[in-house]
Amino acid sequence: MSDSQAVATTVDAGHAGGHAAHPPYQRHHFVSMEQQNETTNFGMWLFLLTEIMFFGGMFTAYLIYRNWYYPAFVAASHTLNIIEGTANTGVLITSSFTMALGVWCAETKRRKGLVWSLIATFILGLVFLGIKADEYHEKWVLHHVPGTYFSAQAFVHPTAEDGKPAEKPLAPDMAAHTEVYFSLYFAMTGMHALHMIIGIGILSFMLFRATRGAYMDGNIAFVENFGLYWHFVDIIWIFLFPLLYLISRYS
Amino acid sequence: MGLSPVIWQFLVKWLTNFAVIPPEASTQAPQVDALLVFMTLVSLVGLVLVGMLIAGFSILYNKDRNPVATQIEGSTLLEATWTIIPLGLFLVMFVWGSVLYFRIYTPPPNAMNIYVVGKQWMWKAEHPTGQHEIDALHIPAGVPIQITLISQDVFHSFSIPAFRVKREAIPGRYTTEWFEATTPGTYHLFCTQYCGTEHSGMIGEVTVLTKDDYKKWLAESTSGVSLAQNGERLFASLSCNACHNGRPDARGPSLADVYGSKLTLSTGQAVQVDDAYLRQAILNPSSHITQGYAPIMPTYQGQVSEEGLISLVEYIKNLSSNYRVQQTLNTTELLPEQPARSAGQAGATQPASQGVTKP
Amino acid sequence: MSTIVSLPDQATARIPKRNYLSNENGLLSWLLTGDHKRIAILYLISITFFFAIGGTLAGLIRLELLTPQSDLFAADTYNKIFTMHGVIMVFLFLVPSVPATIGNFVIPIMVGAKDLAFPKINLLSWYLYLAGGAMTLWAMISGGVDTGWTFTTPLSTHFSNTNVVTTGLAIFVAGFSSIFTGLNFIVTIHRMRAPGMTWFKLPLFVWSNYAGSILMVLGTPVLAITLVLVVLERTIGIGVFDPAKGGDPILFQHLFWFYSHPAVYIMILPGMGVISEVVSTFSRKRVFGYTAVAFSSVAIAVFGFFVWAHHMFIMGVSNYAVLVFSLLTMLVAVPSAIKIFNWAFTLYKGSITFETPMLYAFGFMGLFTIGGLTGVFLGSSGTDIHLTETYFIVAHFHFVMVGGMLMAFLSGIHFWWPKMTGRMYPEKISQLAAVVTFIGFNFTFFPQFLLGMLGMPRRYAAYPPEFQVLNVFSTAGASILGIGYLLPILYLIWSLKYGKIAGNNPWQATGLEWQIQSPPLTENFVEIPIVTQEAYDYEWLERQKEHEVTHVG
Repeated sequence: MSDSQAVATTVDAGHAGGHAAHPPYQRHHFVSMEQQNETTNFGMWLFLLTEIMFFGGMFTAYLIYRNWYYPAFVAASHTLNIIEGTANTGVLITSSFTMALGVWCAETKRRKGLVWSLIATFILGLVFLGIKADEYHEKWVLHHVPGTYFSAQAFVHPTAEDGKPAEKPLAPDMAAHTEVYFSLYFAMTGMHALHMIIGIGILSFMLFRATRGAYMDGNIAFVENFGLYWHFVDIIWIFLFPLLYLISRYS
Repeated sequence: MGLSPVIWQFLVKWLTNFAVIPPEASTQAPQVDALLVFMTLVSLVGLVLVGMLIAGFSILYNKDRNPVATQIEGSTLLEATWTIIPLGLFLVMFVWGSVLYFRIYTPPPNAMNIYVVGKQWMWKAEHPTGQHEIDALHIPAGVPIQITLISQDVFHSFSIPAFRVKREAIPGRYTTEWFEATTPGTYHLFCTQYCGTEHSGMIGEVTVLTKDDYKKWLAESTSGVSLAQNGERLFASLSCNACHNGRPDARGPSLADVYGSKLTLSTGQAVQVDDAYLRQAILNPSSHITQGYAPIMPTYQGQVSEEGLISLVEYIKNLSSNYRVQQTLNTTELLPEQPARSAGQAGATQPASQGVTKP
Repeated sequence: MSTIVSLPDQATARIPKRNYLSNENGLLSWLLTGDHKRIAILYLISITFFFAIGGTLAGLIRLELLTPQSDLFAADTYNKIFTMHGVIMVFLFLVPSVPATIGNFVIPIMVGAKDLAFPKINLLSWYLYLAGGAMTLWAMISGGVDTGWTFTTPLSTHFSNTNVVTTGLAIFVAGFSSIFTGLNFIVTIHRMRAPGMTWFKLPLFVWSNYAGSILMVLGTPVLAITLVLVVLERTIGIGVFDPAKGGDPILFQHLFWFYSHPAVYIMILPGMGVISEVVSTFSRKRVFGYTAVAFSSVAIAVFGFFVWAHHMFIMGVSNYAVLVFSLLTMLVAVPSAIKIFNWAFTLYKGSITFETPMLYAFGFMGLFTIGGLTGVFLGSSGTDIHLTETYFIVAHFHFVMVGGMLMAFLSGIHFWWPKMTGRMYPEKISQLAAVVTFIGFNFTFFPQFLLGMLGMPRRYAAYPPEFQVLNVFSTAGASILGIGYLLPILYLIWSLKYGKIAGNNPWQATGLEWQIQSPPLTENFVEIPIVTQEAYDYEWLERQKEHEVTHVG
């Protein structure tokens, strides 16, 4: 900096001896590996912040309507399949564990461990989506998908099913508002599922690279940051599950 | 001069009709204008100040005159000055503006109520005395008038620039504005919220009449059925009076004098009964159950148009005893048995019961 | 009149052989580049393209409004034109204009980095922008969209028969482009500063872009999800905003303006940064009250998030909410006032010259002052009732966006043009263009304040005849303004080949970007600089020059 003219005229001083000094995976515009890792990490956290704002819009809508149409939200929530929902929560938490295991394996350079953890995470992700698809199918059969196919009749005239007593009937006007609940249910879980699908896509790419021996040279920023993303998607579900499935379940 | 006659005409037209603000035709207009004038003056002073600083410094300190700049860090005192003075002025405008806002949107209790329904792309005004107007509004001067607005499709905005009032007509909820016209004449009525293809065609005229002319207009334009009367017929044809009849064994609460009173709902919540409450109670009865009554009222969502709801609200508003309810009840009981569900068709056979949407 | 421009001897001067433009050749080397400077150029070309389309649409709007009847276009066509004008100008021009072009080019150099933190994401953000732009154009060609750029529900979800879904998704995609740009800037400014470059040595352009980036990163996702809900409501019929199903259309307004008000600051803050640089350089003085200007940017960003409901004063939000939001709106006006006075006092005891960037900066200060002060008319709830949804508000935001932002953009383009291309723009004609723009602008938009006071509603294809004369003035002004915008496009292209060679530092400016060659090397710095000087330290610059002379001599 002391001599600006020199900066302008000296040609190609930066590269010749560059590669010897730093590991091959260090990008040229970073001064050190430490800076590179800190930067990508910071970027990932910032991205997750935007994701919070993204879901935040829907959480706001949820809170408002839940306050307005509480009986409809309770009744509609009770039609969700709590067993599948709980199972999915378990699946997702387990997948977060296997993902964390994967990051640890990458840190400690255990190739087999990394590959198997990623495979486990991958499978658990698919299981989550499968269960979710089954739940969506159930909603479709029950006419609970918002739109022209929607019907709130089951809330006005509830029927007792095998062993379970019938739910308290809702007045037709309140029953109609279950559509707002299901709108939010599909929007929120749908957006969450979309994040899962994107995550699984990236995961399979990472798995493919891991089987070829990648991430064993200490360059594990990608694995770490993907781990952050995966945990974030998990945490969103941890909020969605009680808000959508567990409204007034204690009776 | 080569000035084309068209441009000349324009200039003449403009200069002869030159105005910066529309006519002041309501009691609020001069109040709004006073603040506008104050703000304009403050803005002009600010603008001239900034302009003079830039121009003055540019002349005094251009490179020819002042080849070497003197470096100055800043000055806390000066910066505090131009933080605090604008802040103070803005706060004055805030307080003044807020006082004005509350005044413009808080109708006096004796205001005469006119309902306006916005739809793509027209304004429908419903006078309590039964006059219907489209894209027009006739009002008396010197009387505070409250407009209760609702939209039956998209957002609209009911704006009368000469009165300096404006309010959005929102689907699904009532909004209100009020004004007291001072000068007879005709004024623009605009829809100012973009509402689709013919948005710019959703304009009309507000005609302010002297009190005598207004009486004349009322007499000439009456449809013969007041809003409340229309509401009464709807009340009967929708079989509301089957429950809301004020009898000791009635399944619904008595509606006499309910308007303006305080109710306790079955949820324990206390509410003030106003137009918005009545409308909601008809459409979403289950969240508006009066304490002590069973939630048995069906919803009328999709069965009554906004005009019909207005008639019902107006009817209930004016209901001071259950005598009329029981009267109508007695006459309907004489009619052949008809299920409540066919209320729509029943309404259609009675020509005056406007507002029941046909299924 | 004197000038500070000091160019190298034109007879011997050459553009440096190795620079970011000549580093690699071929179309692919541009389309796959990770270099922030090349991406900035790509952005510059694409936003100019969209500005031209948006500007043409504006011209069509003004033509239609020459007469009170809707005779040039049917009302339907007119609605589609102003909707497209709004969508293109807001999302495809104003939001990316300064950050994605000038910011992309100079921020890494200003902080002393070789590139933005994530070059690939930077490139991705340009492709997302292009994808969003292409979808918008597709929506326009295949029938248009007529909801206004505000997508008010339920008009957009149930009553419009036009391409709302395509346009909504286009903005969703373009939104991610701006999220990625903002994210890249924040990370770069936090983590990539050169040794010695502390926060309070950063040029104010970096500060204002930092503040703008925070708004981008936190605001845009909310718009994204809101548009997703609108699209879902239109396609499969969910009921979040539909009053018929129990949804609340006001909620849409809240969510939409939660982004779209901060968006105004996303647009204007980077422009303010340009003005700080330019005013300081052309008065040879450090910016008066550096800290105040820096923190006022951050204050605008923070307060900017809590004023959105002032777009809804007449929508029946509670009176107390109106009080709070009106008060906060008044507070957010204060930092802007601080900036204006600080810039004005930067001139005090300076050594001022009047090159084109400075003329545009003066234009900015005048027009932005008017735009800001008329904003106070709208922030005060009582007067807002009369003025909102009329031409007053149209004039207000055009003074801020076009008079402010576009002036700042042009100022910045002229200022950094020598750095970007290595060549000077022609001075005389560009000064003329700056003056023409200023005059044309006032002619176009000042009459609209009067129209608004008189109550003429916005978005009207036809209007009552008494408003005609002022509309004719406005249209006449728009044609002057059009010439003012056409000129720079022409002479800047001309200057690419025929402009004088600029040398490293034609303005004698202090920023790090002026201490390297023009156009810069791909890696900006051969050696990462160690920063000891404050921003705008002209004495340091003098010492550097002396040092150089003694060194060489």
